[in-house]
Amino acid sequence: MALTLKLNGETHTVDAEPGTPLLWVIRDELKLTGTKFGCGVASCGACTVHMDGEPIRSCQTYIEDVEDAEITTIEAVGEDKIGAAVQQAWVELDVVQCGYCQSGQVMSAVGLLSENPKPSAEEIDEYMSGNACRCATYQRIRAGIQRASDILEA
Amino acid sequence: MTINTSRRGFLKGAAAAGAVLLIGARTDGALAAASSETAQLNPFVKIDADGTVTAIVKHFEKGQGPATGLPTLIAEEIGLRMDQIEYEFAPSNPEVYNNLLFGPFQGTGGSTAMANSWLQYRQAGAAAREMLIAAAAADWGVDASGITIEEGIIKAGDKSAPIGDFVASAAQLEPPVEPRLKAPAEFKLIGNEAVRRKDSAIKGNGQAMYAMDVHLPNQMVAMIKRPESRGGLVTGFDDSASKDVKGYISAAVLPNQAGVAVYAENTWAAIQARDALEVEWDLSAAETRDSDQIEAEIMSALDAEPTYNVNKADVASVAAAIDGADTVVEKTFYFPLLAHAPMEPLNCTIEQTADGNIVLHDGSQMPTGPHMAYQQIFGLPPEKIQINTMLAGGSFGRRATPDADYQVEAALAFVVTDRSRPVKLVWTREDDIRSGYYRPAFGHKVRIGIDEGGNIVGWQHQVAGQSIMKGTAFESFAVHDGVDHSSIEGIADSPYQIPGMALGLTDTPKATSVLWWRSVGHTHTAYVMETMMDLAANAAGRDPVEFRLSHLTDSGDADQQRKAGVLKLAAEKADWGNVPEGRSQGIAVHKSFGSYVAEVVEVSGDAEEGIRIEKVTCAVDCGIAVNPDVVRAQMEGGIGYGIGHVMRDQITLTGGSVDQFNFPDYEPLRIGDIAAIDVHIIPSAEAPTGVGEPGTPPSAPALANAIAKLSGVQVTNLPMAENGVSFA
Repeated sequence: MALTLKLNGETHTVDAEPGTPLLWVIRDELKLTGTKFGCGVASCGACTVHMDGEPIRSCQTYIEDVEDAEITTIEAVGEDKIGAAVQQAWVELDVVQCGYCQSGQVMSAVGLLSENPKPSAEEIDEYMSGNACRCATYQRIRAGIQRASDILEA
Repeated sequence: MTINTSRRGFLKGAAAAGAVLLIGARTDGALAAASSETAQLNPFVKIDADGTVTAIVKHFEKGQGPATGLPTLIAEEIGLRMDQIEYEFAPSNPEVYNNLLFGPFQGTGGSTAMANSWLQYRQAGAAAREMLIAAAAADWGVDASGITIEEGIIKAGDKSAPIGDFVASAAQLEPPVEPRLKAPAEFKLIGNEAVRRKDSAIKGNGQAMYAMDVHLPNQMVAMIKRPESRGGLVTGFDDSASKDVKGYISAAVLPNQAGVAVYAENTWAAIQARDALEVEWDLSAAETRDSDQIEAEIMSALDAEPTYNVNKADVASVAAAIDGADTVVEKTFYFPLLAHAPMEPLNCTIEQTADGNIVLHDGSQMPTGPHMAYQQIFGLPPEKIQINTMLAGGSFGRRATPDADYQVEAALAFVVTDRSRPVKLVWTREDDIRSGYYRPAFGHKVRIGIDEGGNIVGWQHQVAGQSIMKGTAFESFAVHDGVDHSSIEGIADSPYQIPGMALGLTDTPKATSVLWWRSVGHTHTAYVMETMMDLAANAAGRDPVEFRLSHLTDSGDADQQRKAGVLKLAAEKADWGNVPEGRSQGIAVHKSFGSYVAEVVEVSGDAEEGIRIEKVTCAVDCGIAVNPDVVRAQMEGGIGYGIGHVMRDQITLTGGSVDQFNFPDYEPLRIGDIAAIDVHIIPSAEAPTGVGEPGTPPSAPALANAIAKLSGVQVTNLPMAENGVSFA
């Protein structure tokens, strides 16, 4: 059935059944592949997107539940100054390895800095605990968030 | 590790327009540059007339850095900035793009990407430099010796031009037989801390394209319904419920009866349609054992005479020396099955082109594997099969199976269709955890005798587990006199001077499909060697660092000296022995893949209330660190991978069926598990050795040693969380 989706500032009409995870609409229908499939059960965070500015796991969010919301994906988060600062920090520190989880890491990091501009290491660990990285780039994710915080403060 | 490329020679080619310079190696050792060959030239470096330089990277990128490292080698030798060189992944061609350590086989593994490319890619870059300079010398009428290339500009006195100006004329020249390589003192990029990864930006903004991101026009998504227990065969299926799923197309039994392929218009429909599919199985040949039985078989093998006396030791005299020692330390160990669980679930896409070629889009770790398998499956000559290598979302060994398992599965799912639509095979995380290939389970039994002076007088070591290499195409490479080296690597070839060592090995029967897993045999051998060294040091009443150094005293043995070097540096940087109240340190040092790594783990808390890992200090000697920050990142990642699994992961079987499903019960290392990692690189003039794997082996024993010191809990069966240790 036809559903309306507001994503990255544009309104899309998508053909999807109720109960379809937002993840698969984003990836397979809209062909925006920056949002990743990692586990399908909201336990790795690779599929993280923003719903009205808050990070959510798109693999466990049904399409009919986001009709009135503004969805932002990794492809557009850099248009915001916090997103741009996180992406700049990620490049400065070479946070990534395989990179497959990093869209989700960036989306969560932006969520954290949006509500806490100067997080401590403990606060970062707490907030980011749902985003798995099998390459274990965690040390640089922590440093990257702190660097982004400094960029935003400057 | 000896790699000699000096006699391979170089080929150059000129495109029809004469505006591209290509430098590649030829396989017959002789030098030729006939124009008829140029069309078939598979280059390492390509320079367009506009000066764009592209490194053709023969190794796949799973995060370990060759898409940065190999361009660095070429940019260094030509004389470019890093932003003046691009990269492309090489096509599948086992003659030109082979791993020089694997023979005629293209593949990435064993932490060899830099080690085997080091001379080859520098020579390709140096050949390009000399040809560009020769072209400029002829044009300007100056001696080549007075011409330099820096930051992509050719200069001689007051003359200068971008390299693109000389591409056409350089392409007419013969390539040099042995181009002069820059001396380390001339390096501007190799070893430069400021060089950044070339794939950072695209991986932070969603633009990076992995195989999972392939969307070919009109493609179908296929998922495979597999038996609960490995070895089950399909006897029939009912897809009536699948037909209710919108987007479901059809289902078909794979030709080998190993499963049913479910085809759908998109991934979500494939997931739902597969869930709805009913399959009848013949489980008569399926695995039915519990993992407890597999463990019991391994542990009982340790009590019997080993099949192989690996180091041809006089076992009776070693045993007698231990029996007569002042103190004897004895332990048995068990290591469970482990899944690799790379972040990107396995997948690949197959299409047939209008001219009958088969194209595979894959994060391909060993392109030669599927390339050979596809010749058989599709009945095509090699040139009709192309492999488009995509970025890979991790691997840790999983994307390199000797039988090309998932690529073959995709091909089987494709051959039963009419081939009019591309097929994208997708595994879910559950498929990955439950249907995978695993680090084999291993058992060890060790007895060490220590004399009155606190010195080792005998070390008797038995290993039992399932061979990874036997029965694969790699058997002749890795198995000698019956001994699969990957079962005992890290013990038999340890640089430690251990008097009276006897090493025995018994292969245990096939329990499940097994596979190399980041650092292969070293995953268990380093744990045993380094926790036993601590136990021996304790029994001798000696400091663990001093005790280890006393077994690395041969000043004429570079292996011992380099191992001692990292041990001393890690201890120094960790301020060994000086920890705040309530904390302890553990140390381990191990050589693997040609590199030496020592790690100190500092913990707080206690085993009952929860251990917290406060800091890991690492020292690595990997020869010349081409990209030091990539080396550092690989150590950080290797440490996390090793520690994460020994903390709480295992794969277990009940009735042959895997008990774990997804990340909730195969829990990845999380950001809060390790508070800090500090990596130090030993300066070196030696050729580069591995970095992708060597960070992993010492991490787990260093943690175990720290926990034992803090809480007295000596973990010999893994994972730690199931054997008396809780984590904060």
